[in-house]
Amino acid sequence: MASLNVKAVIVSLLILLVGLGVWEALNQPPAASAEMTEYERLMGGADQEARVPPPSQVLSHAFDELSDPFYDAGPNDKGIGIQLAYSLYRVLTGFIAAALVAIPLGFLIGMSPLMYKALNPFIQVLRPISPLAWMPLALFVIKDSEQSAIFVIFICSIWPMLINTAFGVANVRKDWIRVAQTHELGALKTAFLVILPAAAPTILTGMRISIGIAWLVIVAAEMLVGGTGIGYYVWNEWNNLDLNSVIFSILMIGLIGMLLDLVLGSLAKLVKYEE
Amino acid sequence: MSNRFLSIEGLSKSYPSKSGELVVFEDVNIGIDKGEFVCIIGHSGCGKSTILNVLAGLDTPSSGNVIMDGKEVSGPSLDRGVVFQNYSLLPWLTTLQNVAFGVKARWPKWSKDKVNEHSRRFLEMVGLGHSLQKKPSELSGGMRQRVSIARAFATSPKLLLLDEPFGALDALTRGIIQEELIKIWAETHQTVFMITHDVDEAILLADRILLMTNGPQARVAESVKISIPRPRSRAEIIETPAYYKIRNYLVNFLVARSGNLSGSSGSAASETREVDPTLLSSEADTTTSKEPAPPRPRAVNNY
Ligand SMILES: Nc1ncnc2c1ncn2[C@@H]1O[C@H](COP(=O)(O)OP(=O)(O)O)[C@@H](O)[C@H]1O
Ligand SMILES: [Mg+2]
Repeated sequence: MASLNVKAVIVSLLILLVGLGVWEALNQPPAASAEMTEYERLMGGADQEARVPPPSQVLSHAFDELSDPFYDAGPNDKGIGIQLAYSLYRVLTGFIAAALVAIPLGFLIGMSPLMYKALNPFIQVLRPISPLAWMPLALFVIKDSEQSAIFVIFICSIWPMLINTAFGVANVRKDWIRVAQTHELGALKTAFLVILPAAAPTILTGMRISIGIAWLVIVAAEMLVGGTGIGYYVWNEWNNLDLNSVIFSILMIGLIGMLLDLVLGSLAKLVKYEE
Repeated sequence: MSNRFLSIEGLSKSYPSKSGELVVFEDVNIGIDKGEFVCIIGHSGCGKSTILNVLAGLDTPSSGNVIMDGKEVSGPSLDRGVVFQNYSLLPWLTTLQNVAFGVKARWPKWSKDKVNEHSRRFLEMVGLGHSLQKKPSELSGGMRQRVSIARAFATSPKLLLLDEPFGALDALTRGIIQEELIKIWAETHQTVFMITHDVDEAILLADRILLMTNGPQARVAESVKISIPRPRSRAEIIETPAYYKIRNYLVNFLVARSGNLSGSSGSAASETREVDPTLLSSEADTTTSKEPAPPRPRAVNNY
């Protein structure tokens, strides 16, 4: 096993190096000594600006940004740390609010075939709606871009958690319910001592899917509402034609998304059980 | 009948079906005394599990009732402990926690130490003192069933219900756990109602064996007294002549008579006949086995 891991790391590093190497080689600014073509002369050498920056530039830019991630020089110039913190704040607030609604509601739906049947049509219609489609309505009703973004996160996080919780609860093995019954556990104790631990892995799967979607959606939502956050930052840097920052923030979005998934993944490990 | 510890009176169960009603069993009357170990045998599908679930309060009969200790049984209760064939342990809890789960439910006011101490004692009784912190997934089938038995005994129910508890175990493991069951039963003297399909197991454990006819419209046809003195052990029991008489009687019932008797629920036939095979003369003793039993009988299972 260990040797497989070691090999995998080596292969990963090789792929990274080759990828960066190709990227670097393909995106060199034209050598200063080379004679400009007529076209380039006409374009005023703008060609250089339009290239994707090579990794060496992005990395040195990343180093600059990360050495002072929390600087704040006015509304259009904040450090990457501050932008990410805004996004994380919105994602976590929306996600936690969604969990507080979805898990108890999912419990109810999972326990009651009647509620399952009654609520299913609503869920089926609401679920496929792109969360961003809610944005105009949210802005109109809530009248606050910050809270509207949180609402969009809330609405997109709720479905996977709701559906997984309901499914997990509805499919708790009959035997375990019988154990609760023969031990005269009341409804509340049955819910907390038997159904919750039994359904926890499924619930956690739902939470993991939700936080992944929430992180996808926040970038788009912030591009729409603007002001702060990593989504706004990417869009703003694009408007500034600062591709170094764009690429750097893309990488940061991936990194944070991975960390969020890791956290939920390790929570899932805690509640996992082997049958 | 009604003054016995447990009495099942006129029990029947039927399900609606395309052609009217499917009567699984009907007019089942069983009385069990305190401290008695009763096994019930019958072909698969005759309704044994249904009867047990009614006793457990997990299922309701179509008619008839169950009275235990002067009170009508309705709904599950800690007074009736159940061991299911598939163990029914909670897989996210350790061995000790699984037993403690039952003990806590039984005595909610007990301190944590007392609960654990009590649980440990019963796990030691079934030889699992060394696996307290293991999860069910780390245990073999036999060990899981021991945990399940320990959990049931630890709550000291007035009646213990076992539904083919050893059905999924290999013969060797089954033998060992049977002896453990005898031991723990001898210490606690619970009243036990157990389903089995293993004739030898029933003879080893039971004071009385109830024989059911085949379904549909199954009935409890006979109640066979097992007069072999206790303590019994698997090694010694096969030395007793009574053992073969009883065994042949039971096998004969299952092979030859359980089918014939079924459905013929005349008023006379619905009585449960009480039998002690050791007292029967050899021609009343039945057809299959006049010859002496084989010297090393193998368990005849799956009846
Ligand atoms: N929900 C149901 N609908 C119709 N028939 C059922 C239902 N549940 C059980 N039965 C029938 O009841 C009979 C008795 O089942 P069970 O008590 O499990 O038998 P045993 O434990 O003796 O094998 C079976 O023949 C089964 O077909
Ligand atoms: Mg059964």
